[in-house]
Amino acid sequence: MRYAMAIDTKKCVGCSDCVVACQTENNVPIGYCRDWVVEVTDGTYPQLEIEIRSERCNHCDNSPCVRCCPTGASHYEDGGIVLVTPNECIGCGACITSCPYDARYPHPDGYVDKCTFCIHRIKKGLEPACVSACPTKCMYFGDLDDPNSPVSEILKVRKYKTLIPEAGTGPQVYYLI
Amino acid sequence: MREEIIVSGRNNYLIDPHLHIWHWQIPLYLFLGGLAAGILFFAAFFTLMGKENKYKAAVRIAPHIVPWILVVGLFALLLDLKHKLYFWRLYTTIRLESPMSWGAWVLMLVTPLSFIWSAIHIKRIFPKWDWKFKILKDLEAFFTKQKKAIAWVMGISSVILGVYTGILFSAFNARPLWNTSILGPLFLASGLSAGAAVIMLLSRKHKERTMFARIDIGIIVVELFLIVHMFMGFLASTQVQINAAELFLGGPWTAPFWIFVVILGMIVPAFLEVLELKKFKIPVVIPATLVLFGSLMLRFLISYAGQESRWLY
Ligand code: SF4
Ligand code: SF4
Repeated sequence: MRYAMAIDTKKCVGCSDCVVACQTENNVPIGYCRDWVVEVTDGTYPQLEIEIRSERCNHCDNSPCVRCCPTGASHYEDGGIVLVTPNECIGCGACITSCPYDARYPHPDGYVDKCTFCIHRIKKGLEPACVSACPTKCMYFGDLDDPNSPVSEILKVRKYKTLIPEAGTGPQVYYLI
Repeated sequence: MREEIIVSGRNNYLIDPHLHIWHWQIPLYLFLGGLAAGILFFAAFFTLMGKENKYKAAVRIAPHIVPWILVVGLFALLLDLKHKLYFWRLYTTIRLESPMSWGAWVLMLVTPLSFIWSAIHIKRIFPKWDWKFKILKDLEAFFTKQKKAIAWVMGISSVILGVYTGILFSAFNARPLWNTSILGPLFLASGLSAGAAVIMLLSRKHKERTMFARIDIGIIVVELFLIVHMFMGFLASTQVQINAAELFLGGPWTAPFWIFVVILGMIVPAFLEVLELKKFKIPVVIPATLVLFGSLMLRFLISYAGQESRWLY
């Protein structure tokens, strides 16, 4: 099993509903976020091109954050989801510095926190909160090993990219372009 | 032109606008670790060479400060941890892939060794020292007998500790400025240089001081060579590493790096040490303090600037 997410940059309007949905679902402390929206403008006026991306932890295949963690608090769950066990985390920050996407943050309670792919919802057969909240339905989630999952289906027919693949982390959030 | 902005207002504390998760604690911890490694290395080396009597400050005096340096360093590390009550988790597993982990374990080995080394040489500082209990006396006798073996372990583990202080940074490929294996030998050299400086400060014998001035000049030449190589490597690499190097080559960290680390921390003290060898009277405290200052600044600047360097996407 290999959970992954695909996000359609052509459909995303940058409304930040996913951000709010995540904050509500996961009790993210005020002032922090586990996912965020980036707007990239390319070109010179009037030839401008915009790409909007909802970003979060990429649940990398070869995660530097898991490798650098001295206690094993950062670890892989079934399906390749990268999680932090709060009461094993010493808050050393090694994983934060090791993530090229700055996807992690220090939770005010001391441990390190980040996107969990809403593992608690997946276990119940639900989609992650951001995916189900998206008003344009631009996010796809599922198991890459299952050819019929929404994410496998969409990756079959669309062009996609991942973020900084050259960093060697093997990111598992795909951006449809 | 390409412009990239976070429009959802992400403003995570210590992450945005640019990473600053490591404050003064980590660079201080790495400086003290490097300094301790430097002093212990020279103590072990000259013991194994059978030159204990010739280099008394190096073998018998300077190592007494190492346990305290390490305790302060570990305390700084503890201050850096944000989930302090779980500190002990560092010592419930060994994770070889994590430099933080093996650093913690190397310190677990080096710190007791430094206490033992200090204990078996305590009478050189306090001639009337009495261990009071028989068991302590027996232990002292035992360790004194094993001195050579201890020196071997100490010498090797101090090199590992010195290299570790740099590898801790270079293991992070997410920060292009740190992602060079030169940091390992560079920080080791800087730690050795700092160790030599402390020995010069504590030594009362002119011969020993000039010996360590000579050693220090050699190490500084190596350091300069490594720094040049580090930048050559960056500039011949990818755009992200070129950008990282530019933090020190025209960017915001240029002046502090070249003035504090390279000129004041390396070139000036090396020059003063050469003058000293040419029989000019230079108070040893000047080059020694400059070396220590430069070594500390090197850690701070690499740590701070490194956190500002990042991948583009
Ligand atoms: S995106 Fe960052 S935090 Fe998430 S798995 Fe990859 S390296 Fe770790
Ligand atoms: S902050 Fe926590 S999760 Fe991150 S590396 Fe340190 S112990 Fe592991």
